[in-house]
Amino acid sequence: MTQTATTPVTKPATAPVPIRKPVGKWSGAAWLRRAPLLPALLFTILVTQIPFLLTVFYSLQSWNLVRPGSRHFVGLRNYVDVFADSQFRGAMLNTVLLTVVCVLVAMLLGLGLALLLDRKFLGRGVVRTLLITPFLILPAAGALLWKTTMFDPTYGLLNFVFGGDIDWLSEFPLASVMAQIVWQWTPFMMLLILAGLQAQSKEVLEAAAVDGAGRWRTFASITLPQLSRYLQLAVLLGAIYIVNSFDAIFLMTQGGPGTASTNLPYYIYQRAFEGFDIGQSSAMGVIVVVLTLIVATFALRLMFRTFGMSEVR
Amino acid sequence: MMRTGNPVGRWALTAFTWLVAILFVLPLLWMVLTAFKQEADAYTDPPRLVFTPTLDQFAGILERGFLPYLGNSAFVTVVSTLLVLLMAVPAAYSLSISAVPGTRDALGFFLSTKMLPIVAAIIPLYVISQNLKLLDNVWALVILYTAMNLPLAIWMMRSFFLEVPKEMVEAGRVDGAKLPTLLFKVILPVVAPGIAATALICVIFSWTEFFYAVNLTAAQAGTVPVFLVGFITSEGLYWAQLSAAALLASLPVMIIGWLAQNHLVRGLSMGAVK
Repeated sequence: MTQTATTPVTKPATAPVPIRKPVGKWSGAAWLRRAPLLPALLFTILVTQIPFLLTVFYSLQSWNLVRPGSRHFVGLRNYVDVFADSQFRGAMLNTVLLTVVCVLVAMLLGLGLALLLDRKFLGRGVVRTLLITPFLILPAAGALLWKTTMFDPTYGLLNFVFGGDIDWLSEFPLASVMAQIVWQWTPFMMLLILAGLQAQSKEVLEAAAVDGAGRWRTFASITLPQLSRYLQLAVLLGAIYIVNSFDAIFLMTQGGPGTASTNLPYYIYQRAFEGFDIGQSSAMGVIVVVLTLIVATFALRLMFRTFGMSEVR
Repeated sequence: MMRTGNPVGRWALTAFTWLVAILFVLPLLWMVLTAFKQEADAYTDPPRLVFTPTLDQFAGILERGFLPYLGNSAFVTVVSTLLVLLMAVPAAYSLSISAVPGTRDALGFFLSTKMLPIVAAIIPLYVISQNLKLLDNVWALVILYTAMNLPLAIWMMRSFFLEVPKEMVEAGRVDGAKLPTLLFKVILPVVAPGIAATALICVIFSWTEFFYAVNLTAAQAGTVPVFLVGFITSEGLYWAQLSAAALLASLPVMIIGWLAQNHLVRGLSMGAVK
């Protein structure tokens, strides 16, 4: 079922497991039951799959918008060029680094905050509301806000608090972008993990307390294992969004200085909309999709296993 | 989880929690403060806490033509959310209560579209929009945001549909209730709050979307995030005005998010977690 993303057009009608009544795959009754599903299915196929097929088609052509008449079929040459492009490899490395670091740090911070929130105290609702707000502010606003009020070398709060006159965005561009993304995504992690904490069975926790288990022991042997599916989900969904990070890089560093903070979405954007190289940026898009599919195949399986899709009724 | 026996420890932990929360939202608090400053008070070294509040920056935003962007955002958000609900609710019904053959495949397909990186589609989308004369047109965004939120809404709505007690549906069927009766008397009352929550999540994601908006719109169809981009191209930054714009642009989503915070988890996790 994971190959649906590559060959979706043939997928919708396949029905390996008739679930309730064994109706024939192609009978009128079966289609009638499917009718409510069809608009959503057709719309999604149309809007999400056709552009991707076109990307594949464009990737086989030499096509630069600023050179009219340049469009012709070149086979796989764009791919060869892309793999030879050290900037592409740099952007790929940055993407992996950014995703892994941001997901992990945001998750750890989110876990910490969720643990702090998972008890009754004065103003708990207010604190939770405050903590989710960075997720609700426009990412574009968040990025500009950090660029100015936090990272500015002269008037920024960071240098005011820690002293010094560091130009954060040019000296530590990738780390600065990461800080903003982590800030934006920590509330998301916190919310998911908090939901996991609150789904814990109280009896088990009490039993552990009665048995004299200390706080750390309880956390390590009861809470953490129970949280694991929530943590997996947080990593999975966080990664899906953070891999696509564009706002922060576009608005804070423009991928620079040089290419120090360029990730794949930003690099492809640059090649397409500043370099007007449709062929090569399409080839990069295809490569990104293939890499994502490898990860997604694994991730989808995990999602279905974790969330009990076997019990589809 | 956090069990602290003595009251002193409890109070200390509460104070610590508050401190952490305030530190965490400090950039936001600072933004709110800056939005009410004059530009001269906005960047000073050391930062200025005492100043005469002013609404000048908000007036300045309106003068810069903020309202059309706000209108575009509202239009795109509302129309795409309605379209999503129109398609997602029946689809989720098909994939839960009246589970059709191939439910798992369909769910997997919808989910897989969320995993495709959007950059991979932007070039054809640009070319298609250009050919259909939809560049810098709000309808291009309406279509794309609908597709972007549809899988999320289907998964989320499905988890609400699964909560309708099976017995109630079966009892209705046995009593010979026709589908419309079943839908409006039994199912809809249970899932109505779910529909509202799903709508709010779609609103949040449409309102904050940046990548499509920046690449496919300009002056005519630009949404609120696109308005903010104007601040990096102007010579030097107007911090106070930027803060006012950021606050104004985020406020609708902030309010919706605060109201919907109990449903936020479900939406963000596509309904996989309650």
